[in-house]
Amino acid sequence: MVSADDIKTILLQKFGSEVILAEEHTGLQEALFIHPERIVEVCLELRDNPKTYFDFLSCLTGVDFGVEENKFGVIYHLSSLPYKTQITLKVIKDHDPTDEALPSFQSVVHVWRTAEWHEREAFDLVGIIFENNPDLRRILLPDDWEGYPLRKNYKNPEYYKGIKVD
Amino acid sequence: MPFKTRYEQLTSAIEPEEMILNMGPQHPSTHGVLRLELITDGEIIKEVIPHIGYLHRCFEKHAESLTYQQTIPFTDRMDYLASMNNSHAWVMGVERMLGIENEIPKRIEYIRVLVCELNRIGSHLIALGTYGIDIGAFTPFLWCFRDREHIMNMLEWASGSRMLYNYIWVGGLFYDLPVGFEDRCREFINYFKPKLAELNQLLTDNQIFISRTANIGVLPMSLAINYGCSGPVLRASGLKWDLRRVDEYSVYPELEFEIPVGKGEMGAKGDCWDRFKVRIDEVVQSIHIIEQCLERLQKELKRTPDFDPRAKMPKKIIPKAQDYYVRAENPKGELGFYFITDGKSEIPKRVKARAPSFSNLQVIPEISRGVMIADLIAILGSIDIVLGEVDR
Repeated sequence: MVSADDIKTILLQKFGSEVILAEEHTGLQEALFIHPERIVEVCLELRDNPKTYFDFLSCLTGVDFGVEENKFGVIYHLSSLPYKTQITLKVIKDHDPTDEALPSFQSVVHVWRTAEWHEREAFDLVGIIFENNPDLRRILLPDDWEGYPLRKNYKNPEYYKGIKVD
Repeated sequence: MPFKTRYEQLTSAIEPEEMILNMGPQHPSTHGVLRLELITDGEIIKEVIPHIGYLHRCFEKHAESLTYQQTIPFTDRMDYLASMNNSHAWVMGVERMLGIENEIPKRIEYIRVLVCELNRIGSHLIALGTYGIDIGAFTPFLWCFRDREHIMNMLEWASGSRMLYNYIWVGGLFYDLPVGFEDRCREFINYFKPKLAELNQLLTDNQIFISRTANIGVLPMSLAINYGCSGPVLRASGLKWDLRRVDEYSVYPELEFEIPVGKGEMGAKGDCWDRFKVRIDEVVQSIHIIEQCLERLQKELKRTPDFDPRAKMPKKIIPKAQDYYVRAENPKGELGFYFITDGKSEIPKRVKARAPSFSNLQVIPEISRGVMIADLIAILGSIDIVLGEVDR
């Protein structure tokens, strides 16, 4: 059984101190903040290391933290089937939500295949680009939809295909 | 060269002998509004590209504008065949964030488990019955719906609604069980047990059915894990993984039941027949759980006149600032809700629903390459998806 502290030690030994930016012990579940450029390596290590074996990606969430905070994040909920443990990884980047360009994160599709649809969903609804996702298109909304509904500054469209929505 | 998505690569590289065929969104065998774009060579499937989203209502956006109690009816509408289980997961998450999960009276927890397991049987009956009809057996479908009707009636009696119950509330229940519910539930169990044996005779051990499902759509365990499959789909591949046992939530630690896994009795481990059989076995286990719940609800946790199922309900639900991922074992697999709260408002800042069918559906292309079109129907039916949950 490994705790968040053990996982931290494993990652520090393997990758050095710049990988983990911060940790969180406030809530019921412990979380580690990972450097955005290193997330794929960290995930691969956590999946394959015989001490951790996080072979199951439960959930991947894209988050817009709001207009004041200017931050976007991707949150990974990992669980290990052999050890029955869970860990949360967070990757946060500064990004202005009013910016035309979308925030970009690394894709973990090559670690867990299940991430593909979850990342497409985050792209579709929150407007986050995942580099190296082989099939990044809209998944739940129509291909011609404008905007990203789960953004905090999203305005409901007045018209859809020329028809007034109300 | 500009970036081409895999979809563009696949659809632009069609050989002269290949054909693109749309299965759905109105095809009855897709179990809802799902479109499967098939690249076929004659009857052989080269590639399957699922298109989802026809039933998208953006549950997460709704949840970000409503209070926790108000969102419960929306969770009902995700996996509409197992509404009780959805709201149970949601309610558990909110109660744990508030720190009141240990204050809930035992009777309430037992009623929750009882209705959840009834709903699990109902959901599995739909899966089993419609699977029969996918394969070409009409009778099991009618039998399953006939038996499910009893469950619908009982849950309607308790909650006032046939499918979308809004029965389990944060900190309690809508109402106590109606007087006489336990006896009627017992009657149903006694009626249902021989019916299940009949269903096994008619379908499970039927040679035609076995020929259509054994060795079809074999899903190896490692692939299932990597694709995030959960529930009966993962267990049929041979892994004993049931969140009711792993997380030991609610009163499941006090209840006796086994976790059925696929054994590859009729073909390879993790084939369509195994997935079907795991569901049959789970129905048997759910019956066992229901019997134990009824036993306790009628003896040590008997109904008392002054029992108020809403007594522990918080007046205002404002969890402190945190984020929490709750998961529960739904009939389809691991249902997860991820909350981010700010500690000031009654409305969560962000909610994400991790739907089991969403992840289970994703594995379809992987196990359908090179099969016949008719086998794809068998594979899709054995995954047992509910589009209300895939699209949310």
